[in-house]
Amino acid sequence: MSSLHEFPATDHGLLRFLTCGSVDDGKSTLIGRLLYDTKTILADTLHAIAATSQRRGLSELDLSLLTDGLQAEREQGITIDVAYRYFSTGTRKYIIADAPGHEQYTRNMVTAASTAHLAIILVDARRGVQTQTRRHSYLAHLVGIPHLVVAINKMDLVDYDQAVFERIRGEYLDFAARLGIKDVRFIPLSALHGDNLVERGERLDWYTGPTLLELLETTPAAHTERPESFRFPVQYVRRPRDAANPELHDYRGYMGRVESGEIAVGDPVLALPSGRTSRVRDIQIGGVSQSSAMHEQSVSLLLEDALDISRGDLLVRPDEAPPTVRELEAHVCWLAETPLSPACTYVLRHTTREVRARVRRITHRLDLNRLEHEPAVQLDMNDIARVSLTLAQPIFPDPYTLNRATGAFILIDESTNDTVGAGMIIEPGASPAP
Amino acid sequence: MSTLDTRTLSHLDWLEADAIHILREVVGQCANPALLFSGGKDSVCLLRLAEKAFRPGALPCPLLHIDTGHNYPEVIAFRDRRAAELDARLIVRSVEDSMARGSVVLRHPNESRNRHQSVTLLEAIAEFGFDACIGGARRDEEKARAKERIMSFRDAFGQWDPKNQRPELWSLYNARVHPGENIRAFPISDWTELDVWHYIQREGLELPSIYFAHRRPVVHANGLLRPVTPLTPAQPGETVEELRVRFRTVGDITCTAPVASEADTLDAILAETALTTLSERGATRLDDHASESSMEDRKKAGYF
Ligand SMILES: Nc1nc2c(ncn2[C@@H]2O[C@H](COP(=O)(O)OP(=O)(O)OP(=O)(O)O)[C@@H](O)[C@H]2O)c(=O)[nH]1
Ligand SMILES: [Mg+2]
Repeated sequence: MSSLHEFPATDHGLLRFLTCGSVDDGKSTLIGRLLYDTKTILADTLHAIAATSQRRGLSELDLSLLTDGLQAEREQGITIDVAYRYFSTGTRKYIIADAPGHEQYTRNMVTAASTAHLAIILVDARRGVQTQTRRHSYLAHLVGIPHLVVAINKMDLVDYDQAVFERIRGEYLDFAARLGIKDVRFIPLSALHGDNLVERGERLDWYTGPTLLELLETTPAAHTERPESFRFPVQYVRRPRDAANPELHDYRGYMGRVESGEIAVGDPVLALPSGRTSRVRDIQIGGVSQSSAMHEQSVSLLLEDALDISRGDLLVRPDEAPPTVRELEAHVCWLAETPLSPACTYVLRHTTREVRARVRRITHRLDLNRLEHEPAVQLDMNDIARVSLTLAQPIFPDPYTLNRATGAFILIDESTNDTVGAGMIIEPGASPAP
Repeated sequence: MSTLDTRTLSHLDWLEADAIHILREVVGQCANPALLFSGGKDSVCLLRLAEKAFRPGALPCPLLHIDTGHNYPEVIAFRDRRAAELDARLIVRSVEDSMARGSVVLRHPNESRNRHQSVTLLEAIAEFGFDACIGGARRDEEKARAKERIMSFRDAFGQWDPKNQRPELWSLYNARVHPGENIRAFPISDWTELDVWHYIQREGLELPSIYFAHRRPVVHANGLLRPVTPLTPAQPGETVEELRVRFRTVGDITCTAPVASEADTLDAILAETALTTLSERGATRLDDHASESSMEDRKKAGYF
């Protein structure tokens, strides 16, 4: 079978990371510089950036142009939406997301953060920790990014002064502790001059830790850190009808991705919401059988019994079923200009399942300046809050801290079809009697 | 029984599983999707992924090609043959029909029809009531594409609004649209050119012959090689040369340039791709150099 590989010691796998932090702290420049210093910018791209820099009257190459590709971004010299870039070293492949710093575009930062395994949070050495630094740090923490790196940038503008680095580090650790953020690493650098990205900075000899690239190269790959239960949300049910092929007459393939855990032929499964059980008869990719499937694999499961299962249902192991709930406690990040209101009904998407939902109560909203909880009756764009929701139909969630795939949901406004909220389940509520 | 799983998917397997997941989300959420198939290498991968996502049985959506009428005959023949082999429904709509209807008006007879595909695509979307079009675009191709969501919303005029894209969290894709609007879905967004070639090799996928090194008359123009064809004859003063070339991307004859190459096997192409110093579009597109934002402008007007 081609798909299962033991992890070779030299292959550190794929790493998805993002850059975030306050406006103008140098996120895009850092990505540009990292790609430049690893020689991954192709000649014609570099040429185009050089020409644009010149046209804009800049004396040096502006490496932020590598990711700031939209006209509106180049006009204003800011990032509006996430840009994705790709590069690989001998050991590892990277998917980079360059997030915008402006508060107005926080929803785009959340978009990038939701799939990242590592966040580089930039801080301008002259300005220290800003509200946006706190917001992005908290969001990165909330969406469960396992590795946070605080890059104290523009060290060239503070004369590479170690005292400045230490002061900002202290300031950051102080607020991080109050938000419950642990495991942060700090690195002083200059994105503009390339100090401590790939090469060590001459004037940063007081810093003995790893360079940014060394850090990226050695960060453990995702998904190897915790045991997980088998979770298989059904995306699509296949009942091919092909008169010429009677073998397909009884074919019923439940298509989906193994969001966590693993499954093998012969294993018992429980279908939710029906509560019926069966066993796995076959596991297929493209009609070809295999004996097992692991997390992140997209497969079709065939069961021994013909159960009533459709899109939005969940297959699990009978002895590790999640609760069936119609009440939720969750952290919600509000993404829309129209405020969240408890008077409105939203569509809640959890895995492949859609139900109607209403916010019963806003427990509290987070004040990012004072780092305190405050009462709120509505949520405005970019607010982060703890809320209680009531659902019209049940879902089968796990706490987000245990499972990113089955602990997350989005809220959709039915009138516009916009994605208006991102939710992370704290506690599945008590299950009401069916 | 919970297990601590230290195994992980290889990079290519992960990309494949991710793309299959996206394809199934489109088909699971949308009532009437179409899969854009041009016969080019990206759409060849896409078609293979659709097979892996939905086999056994027929593909759950038709294939759609917007034909400028200026494609290489080998590619069109390949397109038709692959569709027939897969027993897929292939819908072809042509820019020439839009010209006949008057919805596409060329500024001059020799203007490239590439940009005008958008009009024909939007007409096809309206004709068939497609609510989603699945395309093989990759984020590594171009700086505006690098910004695009995997499920990218288009309004009733087919427009992309890059300053106001829907948030796209985790893999909870939101493909909801109102009638008349549509989603462009890009399952191989996170693939690079090298990934595509690796996948073609691993899966043993067939490609149109012009992807491999062959002899072709060309002229040197603006640092690129322009193929000399009846449609794109040499201009006075240009010297025609017969060179060994291959195409890194195939598209409209008037705007796609081949590169000089001896690579006539997948291994050789992979080796060249790993070492190339020019991007796929930079080395091959005769149209993108016109302005800094050609792709963004085209996409805003409905281009895929
Ligand atoms: N001196 C100095 N300037 C820097 C450094 N890094 C970035 N800059 C400059 O800071 C400005 C902002 O850089 P960007 O990379 O666009 O900042 P950003 O964080 O991506 O901005 P947004 O995405 O809009 O939030 C530019 O003028 C950069 O040249 C650095 O290390 N030293
Ligand atoms: Mg930026």
